[in-house]
Amino acid sequence: MAPVTPPAAPQDKPRGVVAWIYKRFPVQEFLSEQLTGYYAPKNFNFWYFFGSLALVILVLQLATGIFLTMFYKPGEATSFDSVEFIMREVQWGWLIRYLHSSGASLFFIVVYLHMFRAMLYGSYKAPRELLWLLGMVVYLALMAEAFFGYVLPWGNMSFWGAQVIVNLFGTIPVIGPGLVEWIRGDYGIADATLNRFFALHVAAVPLALLLFVVLHLVSLHHSGSNNPDGIEIKARVGADGHPLDGIPFHPYYTVKDIVGMGVMFVLLAIVVFFVPSFGGLFLEAPNFEPANPLSTPEHIAPVWYFTPYYAILRAVPDQRLGAFLMFLAVALFVFLPWLDRSPVKSMRYRGALSRAALALFAVSFITLGYLGLEPAEGRYVILARIFGFIYFAFFLLMPWYSRIDKVKPVPERVTYHGHA
Amino acid sequence: MAGDVVIGDGEVDKSRRVFLTAATATTGAIGVALAVIPFAASWLPSERARAVGAPVSLDLSKLDPGQMVVPIWRRQPIYIVRRTPAMLASLANHDDRLKDPTSLHSEQPAYAKNVDRSRKPEYLVLIGICTHLGCLPKARFAAAIPELGADWPGGFFCPCHGSRFDLAGRVFDGSPASVNLRVPPYAFEGEQTLVIGVDAADAKGAA
Amino acid sequence: MGTPRQALLLIGLLIAGSACGAAEAVGGAGADWASWQASDDVADTASLQRGARNFMGYCLGCHSLKYERYSRLASDLMISPEQLQLLMPPGAKPADYIVTTMPAADAASWFGKAPPDLSLMSRARGPDYLYQFFKTFYVDPKQPTGVNNLRLPTTAMPAVLAELEGLKRAVFKAEQKPGADGKPMTEQVFDHFEMLAPGRLSAAQYDEFVHDTVNFLDYVGEPTQLERRALGVWVVLFLLVFTCLAWLLKQEYWKDVH
Repeated sequence: MAPVTPPAAPQDKPRGVVAWIYKRFPVQEFLSEQLTGYYAPKNFNFWYFFGSLALVILVLQLATGIFLTMFYKPGEATSFDSVEFIMREVQWGWLIRYLHSSGASLFFIVVYLHMFRAMLYGSYKAPRELLWLLGMVVYLALMAEAFFGYVLPWGNMSFWGAQVIVNLFGTIPVIGPGLVEWIRGDYGIADATLNRFFALHVAAVPLALLLFVVLHLVSLHHSGSNNPDGIEIKARVGADGHPLDGIPFHPYYTVKDIVGMGVMFVLLAIVVFFVPSFGGLFLEAPNFEPANPLSTPEHIAPVWYFTPYYAILRAVPDQRLGAFLMFLAVALFVFLPWLDRSPVKSMRYRGALSRAALALFAVSFITLGYLGLEPAEGRYVILARIFGFIYFAFFLLMPWYSRIDKVKPVPERVTYHGHA
Repeated sequence: MAGDVVIGDGEVDKSRRVFLTAATATTGAIGVALAVIPFAASWLPSERARAVGAPVSLDLSKLDPGQMVVPIWRRQPIYIVRRTPAMLASLANHDDRLKDPTSLHSEQPAYAKNVDRSRKPEYLVLIGICTHLGCLPKARFAAAIPELGADWPGGFFCPCHGSRFDLAGRVFDGSPASVNLRVPPYAFEGEQTLVIGVDAADAKGAA
Repeated sequence: MGTPRQALLLIGLLIAGSACGAAEAVGGAGADWASWQASDDVADTASLQRGARNFMGYCLGCHSLKYERYSRLASDLMISPEQLQLLMPPGAKPADYIVTTMPAADAASWFGKAPPDLSLMSRARGPDYLYQFFKTFYVDPKQPTGVNNLRLPTTAMPAVLAELEGLKRAVFKAEQKPGADGKPMTEQVFDHFEMLAPGRLSAAQYDEFVHDTVNFLDYVGEPTQLERRALGVWVVLFLLVFTCLAWLLKQEYWKDVH
């Protein structure tokens, strides 16, 4: 039997206001093209939850962020106090704040797992290169959003984190120092910097994020989703015109993604209600002291989601080269579709070289992340250099090892084991 | 065909699907409703607003007869007038020109639902906001002034749209406002101290 | 409480202490100071009340809790209005924020830096830090205040609690350790404390004093924490129920897929 959603029975035909809207707005077309008529591979596994979860967190951050903006007062003299005002005196302010701070970290956990999925299954390979590029723009916008947002409480880590990162732009040849002063709007990180970061965080970057998320989804629906076997399901189509290995996104993946959201909200609730600081990883202890330009915290570390790149920055003894390599470490992701020369998409059918390389990359990313949290001394420096090397080798040697690696035969149909 | 997605493989337990969908949707809707509460509640006055809105005490010994003083309570101007016997006498004999002479439709505590709309006739306590659209009425205590005519007994005149109130805050016919000026909760602590924001003098703390 | 009076008190106690003969070694006490834990429990309201009393008596003279109101303190810690009147300095109203009367500028010139506001100190440094700070003051004639502190060396804070804890000195031992360049160096390493003069409280009583005060500062750091944890139980339970239902729904639909 063909896997289509049965046509609406006569008694289901929309009437009244709904029919009036349907006639004037493509609601039905949208629903049938993008939801009930969008066929996704039936073999999605655990790694395929994170796209929809990222969208949910985006909505959460927007909602909590808007409400925080109703009470937060940007300004050197008022920011820190207004955050404590929210925490103590606004009804339920503490909950809105913790949702927003925990949501930020959760956003990066979800996005990193989402990106890793693409690396596992070759989801960035043709014809999805543009999908990957749009996703990279979303990632960059997210990093900017997180950076600007962290400055807003104007705690001591907000100030010194901004100081360090903005100073990095001074390493750019010729225009560096002028650029830094232009970004800051003052001779040091100051009220001017705080206020413009507020505008960027609250208005400009969220708009950019929304735009590129929409473009990312449009691109996805145009090429269709990849899957853990890396097979193009559109290659085998049934008599009804739908992929044999596809199932309608609604109801199957709507119902499955809701379970994913439930699990995520349970984890989010555990963090928000029981460990909101998460041992100083989500809310850093030095940030509970107001910004003090005369007192640097003992260890300046960015929030955990930036620490892999921070570790690379500090591993290099030269400031300019270190900054360049740090930016390169982020930029290399962009080139993955063209660095990867494997004829096969999914790790399932690649050989030992590719698997080892990806495993080493994952280990080095996590280890660099840990090293970035620690002070840059002693054996931490050596380890950062070793794992930094592995990190870059993963990308730069990929054109070679992905090409020479053995591949296993890719099956014609997806591997799926039913539940019934 | 093997491997095809088949919907309706024999028995589809429609009732179970409907039940589970309904159960999940209901639980989800309850969750969403509960989740909205903190956001909506965050708009309620904060602790700071409530602290600043705490009762205000006023020393009346400095107020001369015929004078008005205007402290702020909960961001509203409070008109406190020490009425002279002549001012109190002016309250009689114009009930037919008032929209609500016995304050049936107006807002005041029980102890202010009388002719002079106060606990003690000597002291008038009103919220100085016109009940039309919110401007601050001006004091016009002198009777029969040219601006307001020979029949004017003394009271308040709102410059925005011309509403007129007598020396107990009661609104005159012909005014855009339809109810008398509001009276806030207040109480006397001893002879000389007025506390605005509490109904009983021994109730300490925020109202 | 001014620095000259403090110094005189110290000198007096020292003379008295040394005049009493050999100082008592508190049996190697304090060697493990860096691993002392506050074991604070903000659910212990009685402890919080004692901590609040301790703070108002010994700390409010210099330190503020500028984000906390007296009225909130009273309602969270179940302190009656009459008891609150006893805690508040003269002139303060219940809705006021807890602010020290010492002018910041004067404080900065007396102590070298203004005593920081303590509302968030527990979140910034942690309760263990505060606990260790209160318990590792020792006599040090080289310091302007006459005392030093193991947790925060060269602290500008005088030994405000010396009248309760007593005075102690720190005994250092010379140890050979490799320096930063690998060459052996002699370093003075803390060994143990020795009580010089007893305070009004016994060691156990002082420990309780510190425990209560740290507990109180933990509460002030985040007054909503008890409410947060209590609500969290219900939220997580509700979400687990929802997730189970969603899972059953998903299983039911996915029976279709082979």
